[in-house]
Amino acid sequence: MAGASSSVKSSRPLGKATRDAFGRALESLGESFGSLVVVDADVGNSTRTEWFGHKYPDRFFNVGIAESNQVGVAAGLAAAGYTALVSSFAAFITCNAYDQLRMSVAYPKLNVKVVGSHAGISIGEDGASQMGIEDVSLACSLPGFVVVVPADEASAKAATAAMLAHQGPVYLRVGRPDVPKVYSDETIHFELGKANTLQQGTDLTIIANGLMVGPALDAAEALAAEGISVRVLDMHTVKPIDRDALKAAAEETGAIVVAEEHLAHGGLGSVVAMNVAEIKPVPIRYVNLGDQFGESGTPEALIEAFGLTSTNVAAAARSVLAAKRA
Amino acid sequence: MSVPIDQLHAIAKELRKDILRMTTEAGSGHPSSSMSAVEVVTALYFGGFLNFDAKNPKDPNRDRFILSKGHAAPVLYAALAHKGLFPHEELMTLRKLGSRLEGHPNMLRLGGIEASTGSLGQGLSMGVGYALAARLSQNGSQTYVMTGDGELGQGQIWEAAASAGKYGLDNLTCIVDRNGFQQTGSAFDVLNMDPIDGKFAAFGWSTQVINGNDQQEVIDALNRARSNKGRPNCIVSLTKKGFGMLNLMTKLNDQNFHGKPMPAKYLEEAIAEVEAGLA
Repeated sequence: MAGASSSVKSSRPLGKATRDAFGRALESLGESFGSLVVVDADVGNSTRTEWFGHKYPDRFFNVGIAESNQVGVAAGLAAAGYTALVSSFAAFITCNAYDQLRMSVAYPKLNVKVVGSHAGISIGEDGASQMGIEDVSLACSLPGFVVVVPADEASAKAATAAMLAHQGPVYLRVGRPDVPKVYSDETIHFELGKANTLQQGTDLTIIANGLMVGPALDAAEALAAEGISVRVLDMHTVKPIDRDALKAAAEETGAIVVAEEHLAHGGLGSVVAMNVAEIKPVPIRYVNLGDQFGESGTPEALIEAFGLTSTNVAAAARSVLAAKRA
Repeated sequence: MSVPIDQLHAIAKELRKDILRMTTEAGSGHPSSSMSAVEVVTALYFGGFLNFDAKNPKDPNRDRFILSKGHAAPVLYAALAHKGLFPHEELMTLRKLGSRLEGHPNMLRLGGIEASTGSLGQGLSMGVGYALAARLSQNGSQTYVMTGDGELGQGQIWEAAASAGKYGLDNLTCIVDRNGFQQTGSAFDVLNMDPIDGKFAAFGWSTQVINGNDQQEVIDALNRARSNKGRPNCIVSLTKKGFGMLNLMTKLNDQNFHGKPMPAKYLEEAIAEVEAGLA
């Protein structure tokens, strides 16, 4: 189903999938990053690295369905001075090759870029085996890794460029379906480790990344109609987390909702909670996948069934606001 | 460049004595796994095969040696000390806090280490990466990887073997240190991987089987590998674990001697056996 496309419904104008934006960015950056090489595990037409491969066949290596070796080969290329990028489904590149990411990449701090596509439940019909729902947690547990979860087309493009410019290991998470636009190419500002404040507010802060940034903005709009002033942060970089933005959110709004397409354990919610508990404890609520696997269904049906909706984000906001005021 | 064999024999003895002394000093480590590999490491670093300059260990055009069986780190450290990469007395810091010579090789701490190994099965993939990079850069760099024989149980080895075959990496040589033992016993009993040469051949490699504790046989095999074109090279190096102190190991009733240093009270006896050059 490599070429199939699906989309996430929203009132916002639809943009390309983040995997597509990544693939096009990689293809166009291939010229200025002459030392860039890509090692594929036979999913380049799904992860979109094949677009780079078609343009730069000498710098593209498909080592077959063997993620452990894929990561190790990339580590060798990186140790020899190349910027090596590996990409597969988020579930496979992080789970199948975890020891290689740990020992051959993170431990020697090699310049390997790891891109996990088909993240989350929004891939749809293929079901739980293909859904990377723990990848952010695993990537964050690799010392020295930068972990990035872009929200839309423009930010995935910008994140790809920032990832290549960064010296050292990076994990970039991208998704399969077309997603609503949050940014435009003209207005986006993207800096690794620096949250984007999408709207200011004083009553509470919604912190989201990836697929949940759109619903966060929709929820903020609905809450505004109820007279609730909501700050919305796109926390695209989970590690290193933007502690200044967290400090400001906790001190200035006193309540936080974290929304992400990931298991509860070890994702953005965990990282936010760990830091806020230290900086300034405030009530927090979470919208995420909890502690369960996904299943087959359309992306739209799954998003609804697993509660990754603006309605749920707004409900969490009302709940955290009540706790703040209690 | 041809180095007199007597000179290599003398270096091999020095490496063995260093391995024994540094692991006994550390109070832990893997001397027997290191000693089986001495002739191969001696040939690579001192027999004219590895283009490695200790004064310029990060030369991008250097040849690479990856010790995938990272627990044999002492043999690599001893060779690098004799190459002049660091002072010989630093060998005695092995495994101590703050030392560059960690229990398993750490490429961040010490130039000359080409892969951080210790989690078995990963070195050959990095070797494939180095070999692809050398081909891309057209710098003529050669890559040598040494694996253990028990290590061949790791599936990643065979993923790497298949990919090296696909790309016909004749600038890559994998030496399997077939010393016949692994942690809990005989490598033939735990998980027998014979025929090792047949498995690599099936993945498109050129293979040789040699007595890896015979210095001349090692030299000859490396020469044949270097002149081979179009296919990666596998040398199945049949060795004895603890080669150089086998009589003492027999006396101590342990033909594996896995993961333990020679007790201090036997150290001089072990060194005397190495000096005498008995198997």
